Amino acid sequence: MTSQTQTKTTSNKVASYLMLIVLVVMALSIVALFLAFDTFLFGGEDNQLAALILAGLGIIALITAVFLLYQSRKQAAEIKIEAPKVMTTIECQNKGCGNKTMREFQRGDYVFKDFDTACPKCGGRQIITAAYKEIKEKEKTYAI
Amino acid sequence: MQYNVSFIPGSDSISQVLSLVMFVFFAGFIFYGQKLQMHIMIREVENSLHKLRITKDEGRKIAIDTLNEIGKPTSDPSARVDRYLDYFTIGPQGMDPQGIVYKLDHILDVRDDRLKEEVRLLAPQVINDEVQINNLENTLEAAMALNYIYKVVRHYYIQGRKTMSLYVIMQLQMILPMVMKEAEAYSSALKAFSYGQPIGDSVGPLVVSKLMHGYEIRKVPKDCVVASVPLEGRTALLLKAEGPGGNVGKPGDAIEAVIEEQQGKLACLIMIDAGLKLEGEMVGEISEGIGSAIGGPGVDAFKIEEKITKYKIRNYAIIVKEDIGDAVSPMRKEINDAVDKVIDRVKDIIKERTKEGDTVLIVGVGNSIGIGQ
Repeated sequence: MTSQTQTKTTSNKVASYLMLIVLVVMALSIVALFLAFDTFLFGGEDNQLAALILAGLGIIALITAVFLLYQSRKQAAEIKIEAPKVMTTIECQNKGCGNKTMREFQRGDYVFKDFDTACPKCGGRQIITAAYKEIKEKEKTYAI
Repeated sequence: MQYNVSFIPGSDSISQVLSLVMFVFFAGFIFYGQKLQMHIMIREVENSLHKLRITKDEGRKIAIDTLNEIGKPTSDPSARVDRYLDYFTIGPQGMDPQGIVYKLDHILDVRDDRLKEEVRLLAPQVINDEVQINNLENTLEAAMALNYIYKVVRHYYIQGRKTMSLYVIMQLQMILPMVMKEAEAYSSALKAFSYGQPIGDSVGPLVVSKLMHGYEIRKVPKDCVVASVPLEGRTALLLKAEGPGGNVGKPGDAIEAVIEEQQGKLACLIMIDAGLKLEGEMVGEISEGIGSAIGGPGVDAFKIEEKITKYKIRNYAIIVKEDIGDAVSPMRKEINDAVDKVIDRVKDIIKERTKEGDTVLIVGVGNSIGIGQ
């Protein structure tokens, strides 16, 4: 119990420490961008390079700050163990019929189990021939 | 042409002070950048650890709910489940490796028996129902794996925080994607095991079941079944773990027994198993090769290799490619569709590599959960 409380406190300290850095970087980057803009407009031709350097530094600092903010603010998503939809295939064993039906998997189903109800088409014996899940989304491929 | 470039730009003092602060800040990054990087990594590990804790707790809950639903225990099983989740196995001493395989075999037998006894105590309603006992055991083992992963990651996380060692945290952060993938695989396995659904690893038994269905079946030690089936003019002895409960059997012992029964007169041994795919390979792809296609701690592979070497039996292997997540979660359609292609490959091997009238042994390696015979 004590160790849990301690961990939480330290973790918060890390977050605020990070947050402080992020805010300072963000403020400085905005100032740098403002100065760059100001130098570019009113600094004359001689200070154009300085304005560019300032603008570059400001943009890099701003991107870094936003990235750090995103990292520190990213909360662990709530996880729920979801059961994928598994379908059971039931086939009629009468060769002339071959009726095939599918329904959601139920506890007690297994492949090659004699199905308790007769085929609705011919009244023949039915068995479970497959049980699988279908994944709709395509796996990301890298063209190499 | 003359450029007026100074390191502290700005004409007024405020601009110059701000610029100076900015330079100091960037200099600070040079000295404390590593520390900052470590805090970012710690944060990442913390997030993953949080996810692992939720997954582990959910796993425990699913295991307890399944036990209550199926096993109908007389008292609250939570305390006993917690004891089960912390169960450990000490491997044999390897200083003198002679005979270590049989020592490991014995330890694994004791472990399996002990876990089954525990499940029987937890689920009095299904004490004699081997299928349900096996499924419950598998469910608890998946919860056990999640518990173990969480504890190990937490151990290294706390150790890294205590020592503030960048390298401890960095190592943990580097392997985290793989650890998380494994944890996700076990979490999806939990539901599959509790419902008794076929998993990706069941592809070997499914192929053999398809060939042996409708023929006379007999049991062979341990927890396996065998059927003699005519196939392409040869006699095929088909072997798999007994289903439909979650059971991998001991194919090493079963193959030994069948080879001895046949006095080694087998034209070949064909093993079918699920194999880990490399990134870029498709799920359900089939590969053919040589050797003992069997995972686990190596005891079964050792026994099989001993026996086939003794009788000079040729050993062929067929694997269906899938990743670790597919192997322990409900069977994907692509894997189910690969079954008929594997049967064609088996027939090709038999026709090309053996003569008519020969006897061949075909083994479907893997968990028989959700697969009858």
